[in-house]
Amino acid sequence: MRIVVLGIGNILLTDEGVGVRVVEALERDYVLPPEVEVIDGGTCGMEMLEQLENLDGLIVVDCVRCKQPPATPVLLKGDDVPVFFKTKLSPHQVSLSDVLASLQFTDRAPKTIAIVGMQPVSMSLGMELSPEVAAKVPELVAMTIAELRLLGIDAKVRA
Amino acid sequence: MNKRVTIDPVTRIEGHLRVDVEVDGGRVKKAWASGQMWRGVENILIGRDPRDAWAITQRICGVCTTVHAIASVRAVENALQLEIPVNAQYIRNMIILAHAVHDHIVHFYHLSALDWVDVVSALKADPEKTASLAQSLSNWNGNSKAEFVKVQERLKGFVGTGQLGIFTNGYWGHPAMKLTPEVNLLAVSHYLQALEVQRYASKIVAVLGSKSPHIQNVAVGGVANPLATDAQSVLTIERLLAIKEWMLKLEDFVKNVYLIDVGAIGGFYADWTKYGKGITDYLSVPDIPLDGKGTQFALPGGYIEGGKLDSYKPIKTFNDQYFTDGVSEAIKHSWYNYSAGNDKSLHPYKGETTPNYTDFQDDGKYSWLKSPTFYGKPMQVGPLPRVMNMLAAGHEPTKKYATAALDLVSKVAGAKVGVDALHSTIGRHAARAVGCAVQVDELINQWDLLLANMAKGDLKTFNRPVFPKGEQMGVGFHEAPRGVLSHWVVIDSGKIKNYQCVVPTTWNAAPRNEKDQPGAYEACLIDNPVADPEKPLEVLRTVHSFDPCLACAVHVVDQENNPVVTVKAV
Repeated sequence: MRIVVLGIGNILLTDEGVGVRVVEALERDYVLPPEVEVIDGGTCGMEMLEQLENLDGLIVVDCVRCKQPPATPVLLKGDDVPVFFKTKLSPHQVSLSDVLASLQFTDRAPKTIAIVGMQPVSMSLGMELSPEVAAKVPELVAMTIAELRLLGIDAKVRA
Repeated sequence: MNKRVTIDPVTRIEGHLRVDVEVDGGRVKKAWASGQMWRGVENILIGRDPRDAWAITQRICGVCTTVHAIASVRAVENALQLEIPVNAQYIRNMIILAHAVHDHIVHFYHLSALDWVDVVSALKADPEKTASLAQSLSNWNGNSKAEFVKVQERLKGFVGTGQLGIFTNGYWGHPAMKLTPEVNLLAVSHYLQALEVQRYASKIVAVLGSKSPHIQNVAVGGVANPLATDAQSVLTIERLLAIKEWMLKLEDFVKNVYLIDVGAIGGFYADWTKYGKGITDYLSVPDIPLDGKGTQFALPGGYIEGGKLDSYKPIKTFNDQYFTDGVSEAIKHSWYNYSAGNDKSLHPYKGETTPNYTDFQDDGKYSWLKSPTFYGKPMQVGPLPRVMNMLAAGHEPTKKYATAALDLVSKVAGAKVGVDALHSTIGRHAARAVGCAVQVDELINQWDLLLANMAKGDLKTFNRPVFPKGEQMGVGFHEAPRGVLSHWVVIDSGKIKNYQCVVPTTWNAAPRNEKDQPGAYEACLIDNPVADPEKPLEVLRTVHSFDPCLACAVHVVDQENNPVVTVKAV
């Protein structure tokens, strides 16, 4: 069993970096079993190819634009995932979709993909999240943990 | 009748570059390159600790994180005139070179080859003929008939189900596609093998950088992790031996596949040596320092005027005033204001980043990129300027691989192709491959140098920086995969007072400068052929030959639900 929780985003652009902030919070507050790898992907692409090969589950945490009110958490799964990659919901989808398409072409694509997303309030310059989105980070962490549980993974609160 | 074509965005990877061209009689007559998002990252750094700048600046870019980390620590070290241990140089050099090799392989096979290779045509290839062609060019062990049969089968499955996936942005069947089905199959096979091989370069960066993506093993003063011959959790001999193995795999692929493929494809597209010349004032900087101060370098760099090798002026050290004094940035056609007036060009130490957005104005402001110049002239930077400067400096390995590549192009084209052919769209690809062969040799050399120095008992990797009261200024330059990168820092009593990044894509994708001279992309596109304005493949070929990476030149944010590429012919 191999599962990756991948936080992506640019931490220099406020809510754009929410994916990275969520995986930081996840690692800070929870103990995960060794089969789960947590990656701060930043805005990277092909460098992550090997880490994303032959996964049983991939959970992507990212800032997405999906016509929801600002600071709304969203969960995309199943048929919604290809839509995430086809339309430019997230600024990072171009490079991540290249990685996933390469994995698909070589028969190494993840068995399941879930996107834990957040509609941004601010994409302006700055290293802090907007207060509205920052307040929702625990909710995004909880959604990520719920997805892990569906994959049979139990995250333990760090003592 | 003039036709206006807008391509937005141009890159297959992250970034947001818009290119507009006016086409008349099947040729580009006017061109504009525009960065479409504001980059104000410099403003985030003001007031911070200079020791933190590298970790922040490497987040600017999604493709080349390490290069900003390197340029940033060099800038702060330059401001402090801080010498670093030679071991730290060797480790940084290996990170730099492994990253560069990775970047070049991925650019050629995964980001730009599809401009030249018709994937669908590969279905019609005879795998036997592909194998005999491939074996006549190289003794690479992945060129068997069985391998080509396997790839063709896989491709059939994908095309049959309409799931072209990664290949969806291609212009299949375009009249400018000239390769035979056999060569197309060869290229698709190597595309897949390149996916396997590029991981070794990533792993080298991950081990030496101790985290990937976003390396952690850098510090102002050297590298963060100690070297050890026994302890765990640092850079041990076992880990160093493992990365040597990966280096050898990269060497095999670069010399026996990448360099050969570029030579062969270059031979088939020999007419593309006529297009894309543009600016031939070439700027590069020396890199791969061999001492702690940066006075000796493995790879030379400098300036060549008008493509003439005998005009070469070397840049010699990290303190070279010839480089430092020559750089400035204009904003007459950029969406910024300068307090002293918009017709001024400012040195990066005096740089200002004050936005002033107007619409896209053909004769006014039209880009978020500033327009950098070297002694008042726009430059081309990148693999071609790098290779030309190394040839001019008499760098023997560069001569060797450039000769090998041009001999192969001549053989395939059936006509003598000389160094002058490199000043072109296809020449930039050839130069990138030549440079990559030089880099992979140097990667192995740096490993040898590190091990030899450790064997002498020197395990030092860090010199502690001390920040004096008052003001210091420094520049850190780095010959990054896409060309000259420089970070400019002004420090006041231990805090950052000003910070400017002049990145490679800003040099190349610059808008017109204060004298209305076009940037490198704009100049290189003039007279570029365009067979079908609705499918401007030829424009993309020339722009992609620079390996555009706007993620750092500007940042990426996109309108909701935009398709990935808009081509608008008006």
